Amino acid sequence: MTVGSHSARTRVNLKAQRLPKWAPAALGAGAIGVAALAVHATGFGGPVLTGVTAALLFVVGLAVLSAVVEGGRTSRDRIATSLVYAAFVLALAPLLSMAFTLLSKGTERLNGYFLGVSMKGVSAFDDAGGAYHAIIGTLEQAGIATLITVPLGVLGAIYIVEYGRGRLATLIRFFVDVMTGIPSIVAGLFILAFWVLIVSPYLNNGRPEYSGFAAALALSVLMLPTVVRSTEEMLRLVPGALREGAYALGIPQWKTIVRIVLPTAAPGIVTGVMLAVARACGETAPVILVALGNPAINFNPLSGGQSSLSLYVYEQAGTASKYAPGRAWAGALTLVVLVLTLTVAAKLLARRNKLAR
Amino acid sequence: MSQQSLTTTPAGAQGAGGGGALPRGSRLGAEKLFRGLATAAGSTVLVIIVAIAAFLIVQAVPALRADSENFFTFQSWFANDDPPKFGIAAIAFGTVLTSALALIMAVPVALGIALCLTHYAHRRVASTLGFFIDLLAAVPSVVFGLWGRDYFRGPVGDFSKFLHDHFGWIPLFGGGGPYGNSILLGSIVLAIMVLPIVTSLSREVFAQTPAQNEEAALALGATKWEMIRTAVLPYGKPGIIASVMLGLGRALGETIALALTLGAVYNVSFDLLGTGGNTIAANIALKFAEANPTGRSALIASGLVLFAITLVVNMTARAIVYRRREFVGGAA
Repeated sequence: MTVGSHSARTRVNLKAQRLPKWAPAALGAGAIGVAALAVHATGFGGPVLTGVTAALLFVVGLAVLSAVVEGGRTSRDRIATSLVYAAFVLALAPLLSMAFTLLSKGTERLNGYFLGVSMKGVSAFDDAGGAYHAIIGTLEQAGIATLITVPLGVLGAIYIVEYGRGRLATLIRFFVDVMTGIPSIVAGLFILAFWVLIVSPYLNNGRPEYSGFAAALALSVLMLPTVVRSTEEMLRLVPGALREGAYALGIPQWKTIVRIVLPTAAPGIVTGVMLAVARACGETAPVILVALGNPAINFNPLSGGQSSLSLYVYEQAGTASKYAPGRAWAGALTLVVLVLTLTVAAKLLARRNKLAR
Repeated sequence: MSQQSLTTTPAGAQGAGGGGALPRGSRLGAEKLFRGLATAAGSTVLVIIVAIAAFLIVQAVPALRADSENFFTFQSWFANDDPPKFGIAAIAFGTVLTSALALIMAVPVALGIALCLTHYAHRRVASTLGFFIDLLAAVPSVVFGLWGRDYFRGPVGDFSKFLHDHFGWIPLFGGGGPYGNSILLGSIVLAIMVLPIVTSLSREVFAQTPAQNEEAALALGATKWEMIRTAVLPYGKPGIIASVMLGLGRALGETIALALTLGAVYNVSFDLLGTGGNTIAANIALKFAEANPTGRSALIASGLVLFAITLVVNMTARAIVYRRREFVGGAA
């Protein structure tokens, strides 16, 4: 003890002058106080402008104070730190606002009735109608798209990881990545130009047929690169020793892939597929172009227009009626619950995946 | 399963003559078949990209032939008229303008968040917050559009009025009210949508910065910000460029959110505040329902332009990523 107090008394201060730890907090409180007085109390602006002013006062004040006490370099460091955290708050604000709006406006109409009836025979100006037909459409379209995409995507990833050598494999990998960036509306136009306008007339007495299946095709175009990429990443994580062990036992390559590599990578592949499905469920643009929508319940994806949840939200958003926004928000809440359930489940699955972590 | 293989394989190998690493005989057929299937599935991607270009061109040609105005310089869209008059000048301009504004707003914030997640926040906090940013990416664009139109339009309108009242002398903010669907509203919504994409990619890049570089900077007495400026940012530069370009690709093709938040006006104007703005993708969604066969073909023609633009942007971005990956791979 005596030694400690002695050295404390005679200590040479090697450290540069620092602001006390409580200084930023005090400065923050001061900035809010000044901003509230100058902006809010004088009626110049609302709470948002007050917050912005307080943040600006805080950054400037801290920078000046730090520059005086600690010097320019530390001052710049403090500015960067506050800006980095400010960026974060700025990004969370819309997320919170959206969640709040979604819950407050979406729950007004969301009930068993809304989920159980379609819009058939419901005028835009009736205080009625639901999204049953749209939910059916979303589930069928996403389901068919998954059935098309999963075998194709997993096989494609197997080619890239297990078989692909040379220029073709590089080319395919590159264009899988490029294909991830194809706008959804272009995928819709492609299926419109290819399936609806050219192929479907042969199946439908010469008239182009807009259908839920066409929407599923468009969604497949969007899902395929995502599924290939995530499967590819998972296959690469499978230890080479597992493959070599199988080869050493004389098992042919294809059987090694099907019986050993794929089951090992399966949880990760499922995660990737779920994320792709979640994204596909939320796509609106292709459905507008090739499924056209339908106010009635249509279980048949091959014939006749079909709606989907996202299309339903878009249609109701564009309807001038005092009941339409309520329907749009209830549909949006249903859609977000569906998409987020899939996404969160996929992420939780990924967290439990031993291969990836 | 492996035990079963242990007992059966030696017999099979002997039957096929032995010696080789892989059993010969009928199984080779299955091997060939499987390899063929996988190759075909992989090639589907190339086929689809080529098919998109081919079918869009085939369907676009009739309208382009019938167009009585210059497709690239005419500003309005009367594709259903006889003769049809349409051009992409205004909507292409709107596409580039909204995307550029969205990136200008989103990129600094996204880089800030990425730095926050990799270098500032506590690790456990960072993974939770990163999860929220990922959730932002999962929200469907129609929900962004609805939120932008039904809620966010109010605050942005107030902000527009504020900008106009105090900074109206800047031509960008010269537009008078009413402040409804505007380029400002559309591009802010777009910025929020692009944010998680740029964040997640640059976050990956920042996390890969070699620890030695960071430690070396800190050991030389650099402050945290100086360490980031001298070690993290230079190392991540190609990755940042690529993530920005991928964000740009996403922004250029965004449809529904912009169909709901832009003014759907066909003019080339830098006025951000007044009713205005339109993009190629939003125009397709808005005009499709009323389009006749020529109108439909015209929309496909504009979609072809969008496809070409996004293809170039995405290929450039990926080429940068690939070159960098090779570089990093070679160094490791």
